[in-house]
Amino acid sequence: MKTLLRTVLVLFSILVAVPAGADDTMTIAYLELTGDPRYRDKAVEARYLGQPWGRPFAGADAARRESKFVGSAIGVDFQLERIEGKDAAELIEGIKSLPGPPVSFVLADLPAQVLSQVAEGLSDLPLLVLNVSAPDDTLRQASCQANLLHVFPSYAMLADGLAQFLVSQKWREVLVLEGPLETDRQLVRAFERSAKRYGLEITEKRGFLLGSDPRKREQNNLALLTRGDYDVVFVADTEGEFARALPYRTLQPRPVVGTEGLAPLAWHWAWERHGAPQLNNRFRKRAKRGQTGYDWAAWMAYKAVVEATLRAGTTDFAAVSAYLRGQDIVLDGFKGNRLSFRPWSNQLRQPILLGTHNWVIDRAPIQGFLHASNNLDTLGYDQRETLCEQ
Amino acid sequence: MRAIAKLALGAILAVCLAADPALSKETGYIFVSSEKDHVVTVLDGTSYELIKNIETSERPRHLQLTPDGTKLLAACGDGEAIDIIDLATLKVTDRIDDIDDPEAFDLSPDGRFMYISLEDDGALGVLDMQSQEMVAEIEVGEEPEGVLTGPGGEVVYVTSEVANMVHVVDTESRELKANILVGNRPRRFAMTPDGEELWVSNELSGSISIIDPQTNQVIDEIVFAPKGFRPEDVTPVGVIMTADGATAFVALGRANHVAVVDVPGRKVEDYILVGNRAWNAALSRDNTRLLVANGLSDDISVIDVAKRKVIKSVPVGRVPYMVVIDD
Repeated sequence: MKTLLRTVLVLFSILVAVPAGADDTMTIAYLELTGDPRYRDKAVEARYLGQPWGRPFAGADAARRESKFVGSAIGVDFQLERIEGKDAAELIEGIKSLPGPPVSFVLADLPAQVLSQVAEGLSDLPLLVLNVSAPDDTLRQASCQANLLHVFPSYAMLADGLAQFLVSQKWREVLVLEGPLETDRQLVRAFERSAKRYGLEITEKRGFLLGSDPRKREQNNLALLTRGDYDVVFVADTEGEFARALPYRTLQPRPVVGTEGLAPLAWHWAWERHGAPQLNNRFRKRAKRGQTGYDWAAWMAYKAVVEATLRAGTTDFAAVSAYLRGQDIVLDGFKGNRLSFRPWSNQLRQPILLGTHNWVIDRAPIQGFLHASNNLDTLGYDQRETLCEQ
Repeated sequence: MRAIAKLALGAILAVCLAADPALSKETGYIFVSSEKDHVVTVLDGTSYELIKNIETSERPRHLQLTPDGTKLLAACGDGEAIDIIDLATLKVTDRIDDIDDPEAFDLSPDGRFMYISLEDDGALGVLDMQSQEMVAEIEVGEEPEGVLTGPGGEVVYVTSEVANMVHVVDTESRELKANILVGNRPRRFAMTPDGEELWVSNELSGSISIIDPQTNQVIDEIVFAPKGFRPEDVTPVGVIMTADGATAFVALGRANHVAVVDVPGRKVEDYILVGNRAWNAALSRDNTRLLVANGLSDDISVIDVAKRKVIKSVPVGRVPYMVVIDD
């Protein structure tokens, strides 16, 4: 009842503010790395499942256009400032030297290491950094930072979503193929954690390599790699070239999941429920491509700042950031559930879509996977598992 | 003036009820739009047997009878058209084309203008039903959805799912009069018969915001919490009131229930179990039966209003969206 009263009071205060039309500016900065390898032309062209198909700035820009009306209705001019830099130092300088009033919210499309450095370098300023593309678990766990929120799901959340699906299908015996990259190993670690959590059996874990060197056939020959008995193959290939050649080449006639076949995703261009077609149409019209999870996260981050500003009824940083991180916020991610940030890890709780190249097969949390307070918290590190000390 | 107001009220109720009894020839049929099969299913009003599947443009959603009760209008989102179905022949006899993603609409009290939410344009369109031309577009928040013509037709209310607002549009000047911040993802409206309260369903907040149309302010909120469901599964969309303004029925989406609300007391009295993702609802003219479209079980639930129980469920097309009873 108290919350209801508070909601009503908040509504009243905003209603009073609506016609006032005070001209306030809220600048949202957007950081990206020059030559970021995740957006190399070849990878983007390949349309790998679960990888970006272009710079997610397009998502932030879609959110900017969507928010124009709201902004003018409440008298706040939301601005999006794109800043590119070759390293953390340049990006930090870019934020500090932006003309006009200080920036309160920074959307960061950066690889984990640079992201950490940027958040660290900005930690003495009254601002929040929102991660829109780095899935690394450690950013939410041992290396978490108080001024860094994560809109993009973590590897742990993605792996949990997939594991729930495998359990619901009773595909319990899993062959794991692991790539040579550090991110491949991170993804496998996340999947191993999920397997243990949900009772999947990893029958074997094999490392793969690209190439056709007969001396390394144990690692590059698909038939040898996929021998044995299992229900499903989990492939961890964050680069993508190996995994895309794997389906239909497994020795056993079994499905491929992970970074190919069926992948856990933050978003999918073919998602049809919860108003998704409208969001996808708007994005495609401007960006001339389908929307990926990275675009979605940039869009969601921007929208979260707008929603918090709207409900806080002010552009004051302390008030807006408190609302943004608070548990009363209702964020609409077009994935059905109300989204909000987990206080123990600064991670946006959200459903995970299980998608193929052109369809969404299911949405996690899968029916039947329950949590004591919020079913979305069956995905990723829960409060009792947190290593994050802010 | 009062007579006009009464007529206008009639038009509002026509969202789900039949139109003015003096003019219409009621067929007794039930019409259900199916988003995925691109048909409007016609059922017999007593036996619930299938009469016909009327093929429409792609993705029909909102359905509404014309004030004279001779036609059924269907907004077809992917077909970018308003299909006009003749009730005597049960055929699409006319089609207004080139409308960008129409979703919901309401008519002016005289039926001359259609006020229609244009999802992709972020605008409320004003469609002249005689010339079949779009005569105005009023910019509102993104993804406008539910539309309701106010009593007398002086204002039109439209929700924006993305801006979380109800916009009040003056139909004379065709300008925005007010933006009212409500709950998250506002969807559909109902007005109390006395015109004193405007109810709007908030899909993501799981609630109804009650607006005072005199002041355009939110005066109260009703939160739904059916037993055994998490707040995130309570996604109200369709809302409809009995003719005496005593009771409202709110379809709770994924919570698979319809809430029965005491309107003057603003209290939830009951929850009725229906099919999967209960979306929009319609009351029979005598208010004894409530029909609910269940989007994810491809059927409609028939509820005995007095007993507050489902007495029948009837299969229809894929992803039913809206029900209209022509009685």
